[in-house]
Amino acid sequence: MASVAEDVAAYLARRARWSPLEIAFWICAFATIWLFPGKHLILTEAAILALFALSLDLILGYAGIISLGQAAFFGLAGYCSGLLAKYGLVNEPVIALILSGFVAAALGFVTSFLVLRGSDLTRLMVTLGVALLLGELANRFSNITGGADGLQGVTIAPVLGLFRFDLYGHTGYIYCLVVLFISFIVARRIVYSPFGLSLRSLKGNTLRAAAIGIPVKRRLVAIYTVSAGFAGLAGALLTQTTAFCSLDVFSLDRSADLLLVLIIGGTGYLYGGLIGAVIYKFLQDWIASLTPQYWQFWIGFVLVVIVLVGRERVEEWGRALRASLARLGARVFARPVAIGGAASDGR
Amino acid sequence: MLTILFDGIAYGMLLFVLACGLSVTLGLMNLINLAHGAFAMAGGYCTVILVNRVGVPFILGLPIAFLVTAALGGLFERTLYVHVYRRSHLDQVLFTIGIVFMSVAAVDYVMGSSQQFVIIPQALQGQFIVFGIGMSKYRLLIILICGLLTIGLQLMIAKTRFGSRLRAAVDDQRVARGLGINVGAVFAVTFAFGSGLAGLGGALGAEILGLDPTFPLKYLIYFLIVVTVGGTTSITGPFLASILLGIADVAGKYYMPKLGAFVIYTIMIVVLIWRPQGLFARSAAR
Repeated sequence: MASVAEDVAAYLARRARWSPLEIAFWICAFATIWLFPGKHLILTEAAILALFALSLDLILGYAGIISLGQAAFFGLAGYCSGLLAKYGLVNEPVIALILSGFVAAALGFVTSFLVLRGSDLTRLMVTLGVALLLGELANRFSNITGGADGLQGVTIAPVLGLFRFDLYGHTGYIYCLVVLFISFIVARRIVYSPFGLSLRSLKGNTLRAAAIGIPVKRRLVAIYTVSAGFAGLAGALLTQTTAFCSLDVFSLDRSADLLLVLIIGGTGYLYGGLIGAVIYKFLQDWIASLTPQYWQFWIGFVLVVIVLVGRERVEEWGRALRASLARLGARVFARPVAIGGAASDGR
Repeated sequence: MLTILFDGIAYGMLLFVLACGLSVTLGLMNLINLAHGAFAMAGGYCTVILVNRVGVPFILGLPIAFLVTAALGGLFERTLYVHVYRRSHLDQVLFTIGIVFMSVAAVDYVMGSSQQFVIIPQALQGQFIVFGIGMSKYRLLIILICGLLTIGLQLMIAKTRFGSRLRAAVDDQRVARGLGINVGAVFAVTFAFGSGLAGLGGALGAEILGLDPTFPLKYLIYFLIVVTVGGTTSITGPFLASILLGIADVAGKYYMPKLGAFVIYTIMIVVLIWRPQGLFARSAAR
């Protein structure tokens, strides 16, 4: 007779196993470094957006918090890494990146207490309010941030003192991809831990989760802080790869686009943000080349259509596609995917 | 000092007319409508076209703006919004943001991205000086119109049959349905009326708030502040909230120009932490 704890541990271990499809995904991702050297600039943007979407997925897909203010952390860390590099406080990009991530996480920790209160609308307002507040601050203290002109004169030192950022964005892309991969592994570890499981339960029903002894508030504070940290990493990456940072990082559009990215890819399975970011970037690039000024209309159109068709239905298609891909992968790798544990599969 | 108060009240009144439709739709159908500003913008552009290009008198342009926007709101409600009432808040947010993006780009396409101005008749320009306080005639007109509207709305909600149906539906939708009130129809009318008011506000405010394609995004936060601070159960809550917001914003921009909009965002966050249900809300029925 296995105890409940062992059951849970076995369940989590089974779910946390890397499937062939996931391995194939990352091999493809890293293969783009050699396969598409001409597309590295847009792929860099996609990688940053993917990391940003990953951060939103952690709180939206796993904890059920609707946020329109993820840009606050993105922007804060962006300015932070820019200022660190500009004034030569921390020259090494990796250390500056980690520092900026921690600054964003600190802001996330402080503001998480605001998010705990109230309904969806209040959360929406508070998260949006924090982002606007920071944007306003960055605008007013233009002697530090450069105001509406943006933060100029940032020079980023070579990564680890070895790899210089080049004009074609090769270094930048590899750097972003590596950071994305490491962040993804960390996020994956979090999500498949007992902690991640408790998040899912409180997304399902907060009251019942509290009744079985899950400290709801502490869990929400923790995941919000972690998510802010990831958003911060994304913001810092943007500043480091473009050597520029403007007020635009705090804008509502950015947070709204992020929601769209996550909706395209699907929430609650981590890859949604990644896939969505790639689709979104190339979609945007394609529409922008057709109608340079009015691409926003079609982005809005996609949003409206997705909601009217039904998000569940779109996700259903995605799931069906994934399932058939997984079957295909299983056949190619010629080994059964679901090994063991068939007895407790019913749960 | 008193001039600032006066300007603040005019500004607040304007915000109330713009936002009260939003507060009713939110309270009635629990719908988060971020696209409310798009209707206000529609009203503003409607007036610009009528007054500047067709040559309709300004005073006549206002009610036409109201009617056009109300019709537009009713149309959108019946064809699009009706599908998202029962969806999650996330879906509603996505849907309405999509509408905002589309409206911004569409107006940009049709009217160009530059700022538009309504030509205001000579009679409404200039100032009255009363007890040494300069009062702009146009702002006085705004206070007059918005004040009358507020009283009218309050009477309509408190005294008429439609008003009591509306209140019943806001208080408890299921019981209201059980009593034979057609909540869907009540909502459609209210939505159209609220959009119309937003359009009127947009027309009146084109002079003060400025009118360009990014209007719905720029003032979205103001509308939401009014609604969240004022609560959604009554009409006096949003009214007081918008007056407060108007005065705070004007005074903040005058006395502390360096901080600017910082003041109101801070006030909003503090209020939301202190009273998440809004400053003037009763304890929620649902």
